[in-house]
Amino acid sequence: MNPLMRGMTQPRTRRDVFRIAGYSAAGLALAACGVQGQKAAPPKADAVADFWAGQKKNGKVVFANWPEYMPEDKGPLEKFKQDTGIAYEYKEVIQENAEFFGKVDPVLRAGQSLGYDIVVMTNGIQLQHMIELGYAVPLDHSKLPNFQANAGQKYKERAYDPGSKYTVPYTSGVTGIAYNTEFVKEEITSIESLFDPKYKGRVGMMADAQEIANFGMFALGIDPEKSTEADWRKAGEKLKAQSDAGIVRKYYDQSYIDAVAKGDVWLTMAWSGDVFQRQLAGEPVRFVVPAEGGTIWTDNMLIPKGAANPVDALMLMDYLYQPAVAAELDEFIQFVTPVPAVQDLLREKAKAAKGEEKKTLDDMIASALMFPTEADYAKLRSYTRLTTQQEQVFNPIFQSVTQA
Amino acid sequence: MRRLTPYLLALPSWMWLAIFLVVPMVAMASVSLQTGNAIDGFAMTFSFSNYSDAIGRYSTQLARSLLYGALATVAMLVIGYPVAYFIAFKAGARKSMFLFLLLLPFFVSFVLRTISWNFLLSDNGILFGTLKDWGLLPDDFHVLATTFAVVGGLTYNFLPFMILPIYVALERVDPRVVEAAHDLYATRAAAFRRVVLPLSLPGVFAGVLMTFVPATADPINAAILGGRSNTMIGNIIQTEYLTNLDYPTASALSFTLMAVLLVGIFVYARALGTENVLEAAAR
Repeated sequence: MNPLMRGMTQPRTRRDVFRIAGYSAAGLALAACGVQGQKAAPPKADAVADFWAGQKKNGKVVFANWPEYMPEDKGPLEKFKQDTGIAYEYKEVIQENAEFFGKVDPVLRAGQSLGYDIVVMTNGIQLQHMIELGYAVPLDHSKLPNFQANAGQKYKERAYDPGSKYTVPYTSGVTGIAYNTEFVKEEITSIESLFDPKYKGRVGMMADAQEIANFGMFALGIDPEKSTEADWRKAGEKLKAQSDAGIVRKYYDQSYIDAVAKGDVWLTMAWSGDVFQRQLAGEPVRFVVPAEGGTIWTDNMLIPKGAANPVDALMLMDYLYQPAVAAELDEFIQFVTPVPAVQDLLREKAKAAKGEEKKTLDDMIASALMFPTEADYAKLRSYTRLTTQQEQVFNPIFQSVTQA
Repeated sequence: MRRLTPYLLALPSWMWLAIFLVVPMVAMASVSLQTGNAIDGFAMTFSFSNYSDAIGRYSTQLARSLLYGALATVAMLVIGYPVAYFIAFKAGARKSMFLFLLLLPFFVSFVLRTISWNFLLSDNGILFGTLKDWGLLPDDFHVLATTFAVVGGLTYNFLPFMILPIYVALERVDPRVVEAAHDLYATRAAAFRRVVLPLSLPGVFAGVLMTFVPATADPINAAILGGRSNTMIGNIIQTEYLTNLDYPTASALSFTLMAVLLVGIFVYARALGTENVLEAAAR
């Protein structure tokens, strides 16, 4: 009997078995070492053509979006289906950029498909990562005529995606303060109300590092777009003091809107359109951009790498830029549409409307939070732009507050 | 060949362990010693300081998790033992119905059940809102966003895992030994203390094991029911992994938590006088 056979067949003690298991584990360990970096080279000039040349329409599209971002009857998507014959699946699976990115990163890293053809992400660290890591398919602008014709200039030129290579905006919105008028008996105008001891235990803040950082900086009169590490630390201290004083009840994700509508918190950081939708539903909430400043952000549509139906996805993206479609969408979600022509369409609709509906539409048209003027835009700030290295300083400063 | 048979029979379970336990653990151990970032990649540098950094930064949350886990486990034991005792000895023919009721909550998702508690216990919700309207509670009374809510949630969610092993242990107690105790002039209390309780200890041990470990590591209850300063280590690991993409810190924290729990379990086993932890758990 040769030694190998003997080794494999002769009785062995339990200890031997453990030892063998140990060796094989150690071997596997070596194999498992290292997580590969994925930094993508910028797309070559012909990369767009290369990718899109072989693609064709498949007749279906899977759209992954945030809650409260589509009318209940899915009107715009239904119209799209009628006009193009493309069936859609609409999934409200995104609640927070960070969490969503954390979930999709390993899948995309492994070169697998997410099963979504369009995903919507806010301009911020995670979207930056999606682009840097090559997780976003470069867009073929020859197939985006409506975007070209109807998108506002601001929405074609975005610092985080120059030339709209990878993304087109879905909608913009403003982070401000929402308050429950049943419990808050004064008019809130200042960010200082979020730091007011008389609302001890009744204030909600957002858990997202970039969101809360901006509010800390607004409270200190710092412009987040021009902020430095020293500014972040000051903002962190201000927010820490707010937390230590027991003023904050909790650091929220999307669930803040239920909390303020129910009165668990009386005032909270909030996203504009969420609050308007709740108002329409008759809930006692009001939204305000504090005098010190508010945050403007843009949610962007992109096609993730490995998407099964990229052509259909691109068609849907472009479809949403038809003014009539954009108007229907915005009338429901009440965020800032990237299509300026919507304001005129709503004006025409308001002329024809009567009573309550006319009043609602007139309010929308006049709203600085749905159709901001240049002066309104000037008061709003974006998130702080961070490199990967800066992010490793920035995140811990604010997470030590939100996750104490 | 006959000598080989037991090993071959055991092969599937060894494979199972190797693929789903050993490989991930080794991969995690490897990642916990690496440095880098998600964009440029991580490389093995045997950076043991990942551990000291992580523990230094999150010692508060680690200690808090152990405290919450322990509080919830004690609460479960206090609530669960009498329930198990009742089902084993007093429920009679309805035994299986009670066991079914115990398992019924599992037909609804864990997260959904916890969110329902959030809804029920809301400051002005159907319960407290009504009581406040009647003037039975002060206006600023609240349960959500407190330690009590988190520990309560943990207790509620893991309770069946405490009751079932204790029930199994009690079920096996031979009524004749209890009878014998009475024959020897033991009072009911003495019979329980000196006969039933010791015989049920392996069940208690298994119950504690099955509840303390997941309760300590759970991120859901703290996230949904907790507030400003109820963050547990599970939430931190989640944030490090999903938000910060700091896989080494997340892995180091997971290993630290595992080590702390293992040490805790062995100390507990010693204290309970159980010679062999695994044997007791399996019994």
